Amino acid sequence: MAAATLAGLLTLTACGGSGSGGDPDAPVSLRVAVWTANDDHLALFDEIADAYIAEHPRVEKITFDPLPFDGYTTALTTQIAGGNAPDLAWIFESSAPDFVSSGALVPLDEVLTGTEGYAFEDLLPATTELWREDDQLFAYPFSTSPFAVFANLDLLAEAGVPAPGEMTGAGEWTWDEVIGAASTVAGQTGASGMVIRDFDYTGWDYLATLWTGWDAQAWDESSQCGFDRPEMVGAMTFLHEAVFERGAMPGPGTSADFFAGEAAYTVTQISRASLLEEAGFAWDMVPLPAGPAGEYAVIGQAGLGVLRVGDHPEIAADFLAHFTAPENSARLAEYFPPPRESQLTAETLAQTNPLLSAEQLQDTVVAGIAGGVVKPSHLGQEQIAQTVRAQLDALWKPGADVPAVLGDVCASVQPLLDR
Amino acid sequence: MSGPAPKERRRADCSGPPGRPFWTGRRREALAGYLFVAPQLIGSAVFVLLPLILVFWYSLHEWNVLAGSFEFTGTDNYDQLLNDPSLPGVLTATAVFSVGLVLLNLSLALWLALMLNRRLAGTTFFRTVFFSPVVVSLVAWTIVWRFLLQENGGVNGLLDVFGMTGPNWLRGEFTAMLSVIVVQVFKNVGLNMVLFLAALQGVPRELYEAATMDGAGRWTRFVRITVPMISPTILLTSIITVVGSLQVFAQIDVLTSGGPGTSTTVLVYYLYQQAFQFHHFGYGATLSVLLFAIVFVLTFVQWQLRKKWVFHEQ
Repeated sequence: MAAATLAGLLTLTACGGSGSGGDPDAPVSLRVAVWTANDDHLALFDEIADAYIAEHPRVEKITFDPLPFDGYTTALTTQIAGGNAPDLAWIFESSAPDFVSSGALVPLDEVLTGTEGYAFEDLLPATTELWREDDQLFAYPFSTSPFAVFANLDLLAEAGVPAPGEMTGAGEWTWDEVIGAASTVAGQTGASGMVIRDFDYTGWDYLATLWTGWDAQAWDESSQCGFDRPEMVGAMTFLHEAVFERGAMPGPGTSADFFAGEAAYTVTQISRASLLEEAGFAWDMVPLPAGPAGEYAVIGQAGLGVLRVGDHPEIAADFLAHFTAPENSARLAEYFPPPRESQLTAETLAQTNPLLSAEQLQDTVVAGIAGGVVKPSHLGQEQIAQTVRAQLDALWKPGADVPAVLGDVCASVQPLLDR
Repeated sequence: MSGPAPKERRRADCSGPPGRPFWTGRRREALAGYLFVAPQLIGSAVFVLLPLILVFWYSLHEWNVLAGSFEFTGTDNYDQLLNDPSLPGVLTATAVFSVGLVLLNLSLALWLALMLNRRLAGTTFFRTVFFSPVVVSLVAWTIVWRFLLQENGGVNGLLDVFGMTGPNWLRGEFTAMLSVIVVQVFKNVGLNMVLFLAALQGVPRELYEAATMDGAGRWTRFVRITVPMISPTILLTSIITVVGSLQVFAQIDVLTSGGPGTSTTVLVYYLYQQAFQFHHFGYGATLSVLLFAIVFVLTFVQWQLRKKWVFHEQ
């Protein structure tokens, strides 16, 4: 039956179809795959879509279709395989190379530059780099969100550990100092110390928020594996010690939610600040700590692209131009840091991010987007991710031989990087 | 113009032999029978047979969903199957899971059925308790167990009460596989238990009384009377459980995601990864053909072996 189930799913493809139909005046409905189910986000999207519908009578409906965050890309590609592709879709940065290089997306330069008042040149090159191929933009960098450290000031005070602001002022905001403080909190309060959110010993790409401080890379621009290089060995040795010797991070199989007050620090994207709206503790948000290689920033990105196999790619591209035009980009900035240079200022962001101070926005968001590196991504990312995850499992136990495990990672993953 | 022969003409106008109406009682019964089974036949043809044929067809293609390409590649996917370095590990994990699940599930179900087949107070309550997981949502059941099996979860908390330190269940290769098996056993053991209970209640009590009078002990009565008399049910449950064990997916996905390493990556999960995560739909289809072949062979072997040990079969 499992085979039949797969077959059934695959069979849908034969029945699915695309194309806009023959009638150029026929009513059009657009569907946008998104991974947020937040009511406020969806309400804003609907407002922007309603304005577009009002100006375009042929478009009778635009639906934002939330897919679960876990398995989002799998659900999206299954919809495409099943002949039920959305017209537009948010795409993770990790999937960007697969979607951009496969020809799944419609090139956008022409429609965006041809839209009056769009100010295409206002898009920061650093934010569009991941979504370009052959000098064509294949997705709009809808959300560029730097990673930052959130700190539970109450837990730090309880353990007698200085707040991040004090450490930054004293030039002590480094990974070594932070892990030391996290270890102290864990030892004295019973709460967890540092949590790299969404890593959970499987999402290893989130560790880029740490290893970039050692100037390490998962792979370089020529697709050579970087896990076995000294920089990565240094970063992972530090991490291993933080978990298994210093007790500064919860071990595998142990969960701790910073936003529920269960940990002293967490590394996550600034868009998670909304979870602290009703936090029962004092908190602060600061840039990532410096590593041995100095200060750095890491960003996560979401692209919004038009699927070539959608029913109405031309109309969908036109809607994308409307959705991301300067005035709507400014409204979306309330939740999603914009890629527009003119809007990427602490003043603009402060108007729509009441939880964060202008200083926090300048230091973490503006500076992070301008100078940050994007989380690792590569063609065939899912298979690479699974292969690395399987090899790294050997690392997440006391006494692991870090260089040997990382050597095994490269031995397994290099053939996939060479494809 | 001679026209068709009289016999052919009768067939063409469905008039039947002279003097006998076409819609005889026998034909009406046959038509009614066909109409009754038609929905099932049509459903099976559309949702089982056609997909099986199509999945074989897809296994002969390279199908890039994102690029929208669909190219005939002949037996390339089957060549890849034979040379896939991951496949031996995947098949080993599948075999370990299936053997463990079948042995544990059937033996526990039979033991529970024997215990609850007695006329004692509270047996109805315990039957309900052991059967209730069957009706619980599989994913909800598995998510709850994932929390229970964490290093600081409920299972280790319970062990701690007895002064024992439990392992990190889902992070060790052996304990992860054991955990997946046990979670699945607790989920479905109630179903087999109920089937065994029904079978046990059909065993004539006189057989036990006669054997007891002849001096047969408890074990002898179980082996010589109970097992043969319920052997058709054992066959049924073993086929259901073997086939079910080869289809395990949600438990693996929620509990271990195939890890640690690839220790719990069973065939269905590997198939899912290849098709839906890595976008190798053609190779995924090839793996599903392999899965179908394995299920077919195992079911066929079990069905043939019934002649040797199933009591009621002639």
